[in-house]
Amino acid sequence: MSRKVDISRRDFMTGAFRSRNAALAATGALAWTHVVDSSRGAGDSLRPPGALPEQGFLASCIKCGQCVEACPFDTLKLATAEEQRATGVPYFEPRETPCYMCEDAPCIGACPTDALIEDTPIEDARMGLAVLLDQENCLAFQGLRCEVCYRACPLMGKAIRLELRPQERTGKHAYFLPVVDSASCTGCGKCERACIILESAIKVLPLDVAKGRLGEHYRFGWTEEARISRDFEAPRNAPDVPGWGEAGLRKVLESMDDLSGIEEP
Amino acid sequence: MSQLPGHRILIARRATQLSILGLFWLGAHQHLGVLTGNLSASHVFRTIPLADPFAVLQILATGHFLSGTVLLGAAIVLACYFLVGGRSFCAWVCPVNPLGDLASWLRRRFRISGQFHVSRHTRYGVLALALVVSAITGVAAFEWLSPIGMIHRELIFGPGLGLLAIAGIVVLDLYVLEHGWCGSLCPLGAFYALVGRRSPLRVGFDAGRCDHCGDCIVVCPEKQVIDFKAMAFSASIDSGECTRCNRCLEVCPRDAYQLTLRFGRSVAKHPEEGEHHATQSAA
Repeated sequence: MSRKVDISRRDFMTGAFRSRNAALAATGALAWTHVVDSSRGAGDSLRPPGALPEQGFLASCIKCGQCVEACPFDTLKLATAEEQRATGVPYFEPRETPCYMCEDAPCIGACPTDALIEDTPIEDARMGLAVLLDQENCLAFQGLRCEVCYRACPLMGKAIRLELRPQERTGKHAYFLPVVDSASCTGCGKCERACIILESAIKVLPLDVAKGRLGEHYRFGWTEEARISRDFEAPRNAPDVPGWGEAGLRKVLESMDDLSGIEEP
Repeated sequence: MSQLPGHRILIARRATQLSILGLFWLGAHQHLGVLTGNLSASHVFRTIPLADPFAVLQILATGHFLSGTVLLGAAIVLACYFLVGGRSFCAWVCPVNPLGDLASWLRRRFRISGQFHVSRHTRYGVLALALVVSAITGVAAFEWLSPIGMIHRELIFGPGLGLLAIAGIVVLDLYVLEHGWCGSLCPLGAFYALVGRRSPLRVGFDAGRCDHCGDCIVVCPEKQVIDFKAMAFSASIDSGECTRCNRCLEVCPRDAYQLTLRFGRSVAKHPEEGEHHATQSAA
């Protein structure tokens, strides 16, 4: 009485078996992806000098530890399983041991996968960026002449310089404030290591944590004068009224020179 | 011909596994340059690069471009393991192998049986998944969680909770899946099984000497590779899943097994194809 189903027992079983395997594989892939994605770490790990940006670094690091072995100062460590970091990938903690910026960067030379970009000059390394995080506790901001981070900096005067400000409290002294320049700071962390207070006031943060990003639409007149004058080039037959036309524009540009006072005194 | 099963090769294997681990440790802690790095990638005498070809394959699967040292290292390792039988890695190098063997021994000794069963082909599925998940996540998916990597790294570079994987694997193998990690799940073992499918170095078999006592099957970690019917014609174990651990060779009371070198395809599945092998074996 039953309707004839045109499928053999063998085909049915094979089909069932295949679907089960496909379902298992899909579940496995989902679970595996989830575990990998949830164990990338908090993104606060500092990588060895010359490292690719984090995503490329995590993709290409083969976790062999040859950079760790090459480091003469035992700065680098491989993350163990219990740490909130990508397991087996090298990192360093500058408060414990900073990077001493060896001229020949043996760690970079030891990397077999170019996760540390070959031949990166050590001064071009960007392991992170030193940021004076806690002005409330930094001794320099209390008006004391500490300067320890400034003097510990291997690029003293470039990566960290001292900025002088009048000290209102006494009215006759100056603040000597450490200021980090991201164009030179390699993120070696010697400043963080050297900071003399209990918990360092200056800390190295990974670049993508430390840096803001300016939109492309910003034009700072005092840094881009030439570009602005091009942007605002007057139409040929513009009427010669003040503020418009070539003569007017020149006047505007001349007056912009006076704005240079807006910058640091 | 001795009645007592020999252990010489077993001892040699353990010695090899320990020395490799020891040389890596000395490289990391005493700056001895014989082996530096670990099983993922290393240098021999600080000059010859080596790299785990499966790890390299996963990195390539992420879409990341690799060049130079690590590719050469992977090629060297691949060539070596092709010659000596892919899964020689498992039996002679891998630090997890002694754990699997320990669990097997304990299970035989105390008659413990696993609760579940999965196919030995599962590992090929895990291997494929590892590549797929690498492509999805953008990181080498098996290397990310590999218990082999964790145990090996933390033994060399300093201990961490990754060493718990040691206990995990023994418990899994003892109580959950018999020979579960090395025998059914490990994608690295699956990778090397594929590498070793046509390897010249094989365990040869002389059917004329065999009296089917089954001692070899008791000790073999990959029992499916011992197929007396096929071996009677091909005169060797021809599966890539054979780890070349040579335990069969050691325990056989009639010396039916011996290591052989065989080039090209020697698998003869049907009697008519393998007639000359059969007569050879019978002689």
